[in-house]
Amino acid sequence: MEKLFTANIDDADGFYAELLAAHEGLSEAESYALNARLVLLLSNVVGDRAVLTRAFELAKQAG
Amino acid sequence: MVDVRYETAFTLYPYARSADQDADSPARHPVVIVGGGPVGMGMALELGLKDVPCVVLDDHDGVGVGSRAICFAKRTLEICDRMGAADPMVDLGVVWNVGRVFRDERQIYDFNLLPEEGHKRPAFINLQQPYFEKFLVERIRAAQAEGAPIEIRGKNRVLSTESYDDHVALEIDTPEGPYKIEADYLVACDGARSAVRSMLGHDFTGRVFEDNFLICDVKMTADFPTERWFWFDPPFNRGQSVLLHKQPDDIWRIDFQLGWDIDRKAVVQPEYYMPKVQAMLGEGVEFEPEWVSVYTFQCMSMDEYRHGRVFFAGDSAHQVSPFGARGCNGGIQDVDNLGWKLAAVIKGEAGERLLDTYQEERKHGADENILNSSRTTDFMTPKTEIAKLFRESVLDLVEHTDAMRPLVNSGRLSLPCVYDGSSLNGADDAILPQRTRVGATLADAPTDQGWLIDRIGGRFQLFTVNTDFKPEGLNLDLVDVIVAPDDLITERYLGAAEQAVYLIRPDQVIAARWVNPTAADVTAALNTAMGG
Ligand SMILES: Cc1cc2nc3c(=O)[nH]c(=O)nc-3n(C[C@H](O)[C@H](O)[C@H](O)COP(=O)(O)OP(=O)(O)OC[C@H]3O[C@@H](n4cnc5c(N)ncnc54)[C@H](O)[C@@H]3O)c2cc1C
Repeated sequence: MEKLFTANIDDADGFYAELLAAHEGLSEAESYALNARLVLLLSNVVGDRAVLTRAFELAKQAG
Repeated sequence: MVDVRYETAFTLYPYARSADQDADSPARHPVVIVGGGPVGMGMALELGLKDVPCVVLDDHDGVGVGSRAICFAKRTLEICDRMGAADPMVDLGVVWNVGRVFRDERQIYDFNLLPEEGHKRPAFINLQQPYFEKFLVERIRAAQAEGAPIEIRGKNRVLSTESYDDHVALEIDTPEGPYKIEADYLVACDGARSAVRSMLGHDFTGRVFEDNFLICDVKMTADFPTERWFWFDPPFNRGQSVLLHKQPDDIWRIDFQLGWDIDRKAVVQPEYYMPKVQAMLGEGVEFEPEWVSVYTFQCMSMDEYRHGRVFFAGDSAHQVSPFGARGCNGGIQDVDNLGWKLAAVIKGEAGERLLDTYQEERKHGADENILNSSRTTDFMTPKTEIAKLFRESVLDLVEHTDAMRPLVNSGRLSLPCVYDGSSLNGADDAILPQRTRVGATLADAPTDQGWLIDRIGGRFQLFTVNTDFKPEGLNLDLVDVIVAPDDLITERYLGAAEQAVYLIRPDQVIAARWVNPTAADVTAALNTAMGG
């Protein structure tokens, strides 16, 4: 659970640039779809249902 | 007059006049069962074998034709085994292990179910529902010949039901006119449109899924493998899914998802479905349509399955969409749960309170079944744009990584629920395996004297592993097993413990378990399991 509240990404600026680059040239619909695939892939990496539940809550609260 | 509402595949209980029709005052029966579908017939067999007199009233004289259940799960087969009805089902049924999932024109993955070893019965079989019902009726006939007090009355349609404190009064129509009977207890197994439920004014609420499915059973002798094939968005059914399943007698079940806005009359015409089936099976493959119908699915339930002396079981109590095959399988578990309780109360061995636990336990089971089948339906028929996007994303990814396979939901195996927290549950010991915890159904395993599932069931029993524990003064049937360290009984019943004692209910549910109990522990658990 702490990982939701502790920075954990190596080379944060590099990651952010890569995320934007991944969406470059995509239509809005293609970007949505890419994000959906990313959510599914990364959720599988997290695995822990309690962490995922908390992540959903946090993401909703923040928006 | 008794209207014919559907065509029958087999005539099994033609109308015959009963003495009750000439009685001066209504005859009273211990149990009357309304509806002779799989659940009603299962109920009759279960009660009759326990020597409880029962009468089944059905408004037809046999089993309806038509495409309904085809998947019968292991638990159903075990329950039928306990009632001596499973052998012909398993002999005729089709067993499959390999499934293939296609998208558009390509296969995206295949899987082998690799059934867990050490079970007498397969994870499930495919068998047409009319056969399942026929085998139950044949077993009832054999039991009747041995004196089981079961009576089946065909072409007897229930016209009215009135429920009183001490009995239920019924009016019944027959080809020779109406008559009346009374019942100490009534079990309504009259299906999703239950007449008894409406007559007594009970609600049936839930969700209707905005989708239609065209179900085609076709006869085809072409050499197709015995596998389950599932398509997302194939060329022969664009934007929708298709399922192909094998049944006995060279019959194949094809489910075409059609979407919501369709002409339900047009799709059951050969002009519509013949080219679709042909395109799917491939040019030149010969087939004959056997039965074609269109369904809308829903998940519905009553709030209470017991109303005084009236019990609801099977589709009359709860209806699920067929994905995951939990309709008939769930109904047979209702039979399993209610049968011994009703018999115990009628014989004066237990108090009325035991009957309330039917609601407690089976509502829990039905809720789980509805949850599972709703989730499958939500995957197959996404309700919103974002749901559709996630579904497509799962399918996009699964072609590249097996990690996404568990998210593809085209139907989950029907498994019995665990009665966690049931008021009938006794002591548990967490050192013993989680799988066989109190409230779970017996897990089969081979023993030195045959399958465990064949040695236990139909009455309360003590199953002891690696101990000669025998409680003094308790008239309990004992099944004792001494195990080798690496066998399946060790894995399924001992875990880290050296020995264990399990108290098992007549429906093969684990009522309590200990490593080293006293006779008083067992007595207390037995008392709890009988409703206290
Ligand atoms: C397309 C399809 C596929 C399915 N696939 C599966 C599957 O693979 N596995 C599975 O487990 N389930 C499946 N099901 C569900 C399964 O068919 C039902 O759950 C099952 O038939 C319920 O049995 P029942 O005895 O409760 O009711 P029913 O089978 O509906 O029987 C009710 C009986 O009551 C009689 N009756 C009704 N009213 C009266 C009256 N007033 N008086 C006297 N008699 C009356 C009827 O004639 C009938 O004989 C499927 C259903 C459909 C539609």
